[in-house]
Amino acid sequence: MIAELGAFCLVLALAFSAAQLCLSIVGRWRRSLALAAAGEGAAVAAFCGVALAFAALMHAFVTSDFSVANVAANSHTDKPMLYKVAGTWGSHEGSMLLWCLALTGYGAAAALLGKSLPRGLRAVMVATQGALGTVFLAYTVFASNPLARLAEPPVEGRSLNPLLQDPALAVHPPFLYAGYVGMSVVFSLAVAALVEGRVDAAWARWVRPWTLAAWSLLTVGITLGSFWAYYELGWGGWWFWDPVENASFMPWLAATALLHSAVVTEKRGALAGWTVFLALAAFSFSMLGAFLVRSGVLTSVHAFAVDPTRGVLLLIILGLTAGLGFALFAWRAAKLPAGGLFAPVSRESTLVLNNILLAAATATVLLGTLYPLIREALSGEAISVGPPYFNLTFTPLMAALLMLLPAGPLLAWKRGEAKLLVQRLWIALLIAAAVGLLAYALIRPRQAWGAAGLALGAWLVAGALAELVERTRAFRAPAGESLRRLVGLPRGAWGMTLAHLGLGVFVLGACFETGWRAEAAETLPLGGSLDVGAYHLTLAAVHPVEGPNYQAERGEILATRAGRPVCRAEPERHVYDTGGQTTSEVAICYQGLSHLYVVLGERREAAGPPVWLVRAYWNPWASLLFAGPVIMALGGLVSLSDRRLRLGVGRRREPPA
Amino acid sequence: MRLRTLAASLAAVLCMAAASDPAERLPDPAQEARARHLFAQVRCLVCQNETIDDSEADLAQDLRRLVREQVRQGRSDGEIKRFLVDRYGEFVLMRPTFSAGNAALWIGPFLVVALGAGLLLVRLRNRGPEPELDDEAAERLRRLTDEAL
Repeated sequence: MIAELGAFCLVLALAFSAAQLCLSIVGRWRRSLALAAAGEGAAVAAFCGVALAFAALMHAFVTSDFSVANVAANSHTDKPMLYKVAGTWGSHEGSMLLWCLALTGYGAAAALLGKSLPRGLRAVMVATQGALGTVFLAYTVFASNPLARLAEPPVEGRSLNPLLQDPALAVHPPFLYAGYVGMSVVFSLAVAALVEGRVDAAWARWVRPWTLAAWSLLTVGITLGSFWAYYELGWGGWWFWDPVENASFMPWLAATALLHSAVVTEKRGALAGWTVFLALAAFSFSMLGAFLVRSGVLTSVHAFAVDPTRGVLLLIILGLTAGLGFALFAWRAAKLPAGGLFAPVSRESTLVLNNILLAAATATVLLGTLYPLIREALSGEAISVGPPYFNLTFTPLMAALLMLLPAGPLLAWKRGEAKLLVQRLWIALLIAAAVGLLAYALIRPRQAWGAAGLALGAWLVAGALAELVERTRAFRAPAGESLRRLVGLPRGAWGMTLAHLGLGVFVLGACFETGWRAEAAETLPLGGSLDVGAYHLTLAAVHPVEGPNYQAERGEILATRAGRPVCRAEPERHVYDTGGQTTSEVAICYQGLSHLYVVLGERREAAGPPVWLVRAYWNPWASLLFAGPVIMALGGLVSLSDRRLRLGVGRRREPPA
Repeated sequence: MRLRTLAASLAAVLCMAAASDPAERLPDPAQEARARHLFAQVRCLVCQNETIDDSEADLAQDLRRLVREQVRQGRSDGEIKRFLVDRYGEFVLMRPTFSAGNAALWIGPFLVVALGAGLLLVRLRNRGPEPELDDEAAERLRRLTDEAL
């Protein structure tokens, strides 16, 4: 019964979304406050409908109601409760429902919080959000209904894959989707701005909080996915340039570019057209990602069992939505104001360069992801585009961006002074050079590129701190005044500093880990040992372990460094009762910021005593890889809490129409 | 998401940095290092977007044996890659070749940079004196900034 109610609510939500679209359009056209307000009400109602449907699906998962097809295919009574709940968004159908929940949720939030927007802009924004909701809800209702019943319910669900039962993976999709779909508000705002012909500082100020929120959530989502791959896939990698990873990375890059260009539009009125373009692009990339992951047009580690029919539908949705958005852009963009002028050395210039490089980076990821498809369609020849391609294209673009980065915040708007910039940054430059030289001289094996990467990371961190020093006049003004300035800094400034600092932290981790990671693998008998980096690992014992639905061997591996014991790693190898699948549970010893990563492989019965294949990785500073993006996301949230950005601030009291 | 995670976990089961297996290793560490370097550039043809360095599939194991054998015989990286391409097509290389068919792929990113830089230069060159705000615009600006704060 609850499932039927949920399905009914879903259809109701579709109707409300369509009503939201129509009422808002008519409201805008007739300039009727009542109709526009009704459109906003419909937005809230649509969200309530989807929320009820989502709750119904979750209820079906929690109570293991196998008469619901989706639950029967994707759950099992023996699953721990957390993963039953997470199963709600674990399948294609469920994840589309989550997408719709986020979409209508953002629509309702935009309608409720949008009181300070001009009425026309607000009505068109709510209408666009309604159009998106209608399209995606129609897809969910008619092509991928998560609440469809089975005529003959099975006694037990089909899926009990313990590999998927992982806390990071359980919360990864909600963050990712909240990020993806958050861009829809920005998309709607862009459409509204084009329709109304109004792109100004106030509009850009409105785009910023939504972009910041979506960007922060997307950052967290991508980081969670990467961290999961790192400790679960068992070979110590954290980014594989896999198409599915790329699909989540493109909207992130576009949103990052948008955050920066929106600043220029807000403060200087320039780049209006480009900002609108990026606002459209960010959500288009989100939809492209949703399509790529589900359609099976790309071979990926992550996606193989897919449904081509649904893929075609999603492609039509993508083409229609993004196509209409960009067509509107092509039609109206010429009328947008050109905005303020600026000198070659100015903050605007660095932000434009930032955008050029980020756009090129996005294009690289897009090309690398889709080019094999294009090439095959055109000439029938299959090619692969793997990590070496991205190392040769994406990495230099990013390196150029990172070299430029510390200069941006320290330059004045309109016309900056190179001399002043050098005065403010020479210490940071000195620190970066020192770090690079020391790394080159001291760390073995000698790695020129790794050392250069560390210098770049230090440059970012020192540059972010130099900016803080500059703002607080530290070391120049009395300490009391500096402290007062530090406390008085706007949250937006703190957010930017944190985000840039986090990026520096990430670069330090990425370069150190990539440059100096060590790997070792040996087949070891009990008591045997291997060396990795400075560590000496001894296989002390292997115990059999009985799991709930698997048999396991747990290795006891003692690690010593210079003769002193540092940790005991207990990696496991599981063999599942059904299907005989085997998995490895990695053990990670945290040594400061670095990881000693130990994998127990298969047992090999040779002549004599049994031996085990043991793999160990020394991943120096690997913690920074994940701490960096978390700091960046934190920066986004701090910036979001800025008083000047708070939603509803600056509400204008318009005379009644 | 489920399918994706299922696939990823299957990958985890099948493909665990298989190339480091000591049973397959070459005795000469320098040659082994060179072979490992090559593995990272060769695709496991039957896998989902993985190199033979990572994959534990049978085919990947065969390819590794093939590459190691050729490294042992002292053939150069270029020769080995050419041999693989002749046998399996360009699909086997993780890094696409610098060829006419891939021109757009390799030039594209830098074209975007060139285009953007060109537009920026035009914009910077064409700037004349800053136009003064007329009264109406100044009033609007004042309203907007008041409202924003």
